[in-house]
Amino acid sequence: MSPTYLDHGHVRLALHELRGGDGPTLLLLHPLAEHSPPTVPVDSAAWPGPVHALDFTGHGASTVPVGGGYTSEVLMADVDVALAHLGPSTILGSGLGAYVALMVAGARADLVRGAVLDDGAGLAGGGDSPGSVYLSPPLVTDGSVPDPWALAELSRDLRPADYATAFVRLALQFSGLDTPVSVAARFRPTWVAAVAAEPGVADCSVPQALTAYAGLG
Amino acid sequence: MSDDGGGDVTYPGARRPDRRYRVDSSGVGIAVGEWGDPDAPPLLLAHGGFDFVGTYDVFAPLLADGGRRVVAWDQRGHGDSERAALYSWAADLRDTVAVLDALGDVGPLPLVGHSKGGGMLLEVAEALPHRVSHVINLDGLPSSQAQPDRPDHERTRMLSGELAGWLDHRRASAGKQRRPGTLDELAERRGRMNPRLSMDWLRYLVTVGGFHDEEGWRWKIDPGLRMGGFGPWRPEWSLIRLPGLRMPFLGILATQPEVMGWGTQPKDLEPYLPDRAEIESWDDSGHFVHIEFPERAAERVLAFLAAHP
Repeated sequence: MSPTYLDHGHVRLALHELRGGDGPTLLLLHPLAEHSPPTVPVDSAAWPGPVHALDFTGHGASTVPVGGGYTSEVLMADVDVALAHLGPSTILGSGLGAYVALMVAGARADLVRGAVLDDGAGLAGGGDSPGSVYLSPPLVTDGSVPDPWALAELSRDLRPADYATAFVRLALQFSGLDTPVSVAARFRPTWVAAVAAEPGVADCSVPQALTAYAGLG
Repeated sequence: MSDDGGGDVTYPGARRPDRRYRVDSSGVGIAVGEWGDPDAPPLLLAHGGFDFVGTYDVFAPLLADGGRRVVAWDQRGHGDSERAALYSWAADLRDTVAVLDALGDVGPLPLVGHSKGGGMLLEVAEALPHRVSHVINLDGLPSSQAQPDRPDHERTRMLSGELAGWLDHRRASAGKQRRPGTLDELAERRGRMNPRLSMDWLRYLVTVGGFHDEEGWRWKIDPGLRMGGFGPWRPEWSLIRLPGLRMPFLGILATQPEVMGWGTQPKDLEPYLPDRAEIESWDDSGHFVHIEFPERAAERVLAFLAAHP
């Protein structure tokens, strides 16, 4: 099935419907350098409603912008554009998608009915604090995905623990959920470990988390 | 008065660049302006956030008349540079290097930056010290000491509002245009961010940083960009670049409180200053030292360069 295209600034985002139907909506966010899966993944098969997946800017069938400039924050805005289309959704994010899922769970607490953070490429980012400055020479790009600038920039963006936990607190304060975030990732870089230790965060498997969020109604 | 086409708007001492050209930065067209003798020793001049080359139209000619080839550029999405799909600090740094590379083999040269531009150049100097002879920072040294201390719940509420406002802006960014207005209306809007600058200067800025169409004047800056913001960045991440700088360093702090200023005091910088750094406070100036006191700022820059040949 061809994706729905949504405009985000100068970028056209591809939102894939993996399964239609009624019930609560699940939105999948892919790891760095990957793209939306073609079918509902095994971990999400029991979800009792429609399942969608978003290709981030520079990935999958979404626009590859010229000249880079990626941040996790702009990917959060990608997801927010998808939420404006889908309405309230539970989000399952893997790797880079887990970090973005956390951010949007805090920033749009009224629209995210639980965020599940799972393993995948790009989970750690560039760590907790700045290293030496590195100015990348121009990368060879031809418009194909994944965008080399996305790989270079989103694997280096800094994710301090207190910045990540601020999104947990937003989610807890404004979502009305007791456990708005669930950590299923086994790899625990600093920001993930800090998030997992926050009140309002469950530590469980993806199926367990989805079962809990599916029951929210 | 102007007929609102801006044709008769001038400002004392203002001079547009002597040469203008574009540099390609990974596919994004960056507009460069130069003042002065092309064979004079070059100096790179970086503007602040939401500014553009034209904000140097008085300051840069003074440096050029002091014997320098002054090279400034519009950051991506600003002024006459191309609008990009994405904006980031890292992308701005790469664009800076593209401008530097376009100068060819000019040897180490001085970097002068205001506000955000000053912070950017600290990182360029750290990454490429072999290409930098001096670093001069015009009120671009942020300090967390100057930030108000707020309780956690208030910070959380403010962050929530900031995030929602930014996301709302992003949702509406496709096809968005800057709001049109008369020349005076745009000048007044800008004056809210720059309350210490004269209306004559702000009106001049509209004519060089805006464009006029059938609906009136609009700023050229990409409507996708928005003032303020949030993110993992913190002021110390800029200051930690200072101790490692081996080239002569001059920092000018403006201590008159202003919306866009940092309010940094010299004592805030003491733990970070490199050897032989020169820091001075201009207690009579707001954030835009080069606009409020262009002659004094240019004289100070030129004297510093002369003192450290």
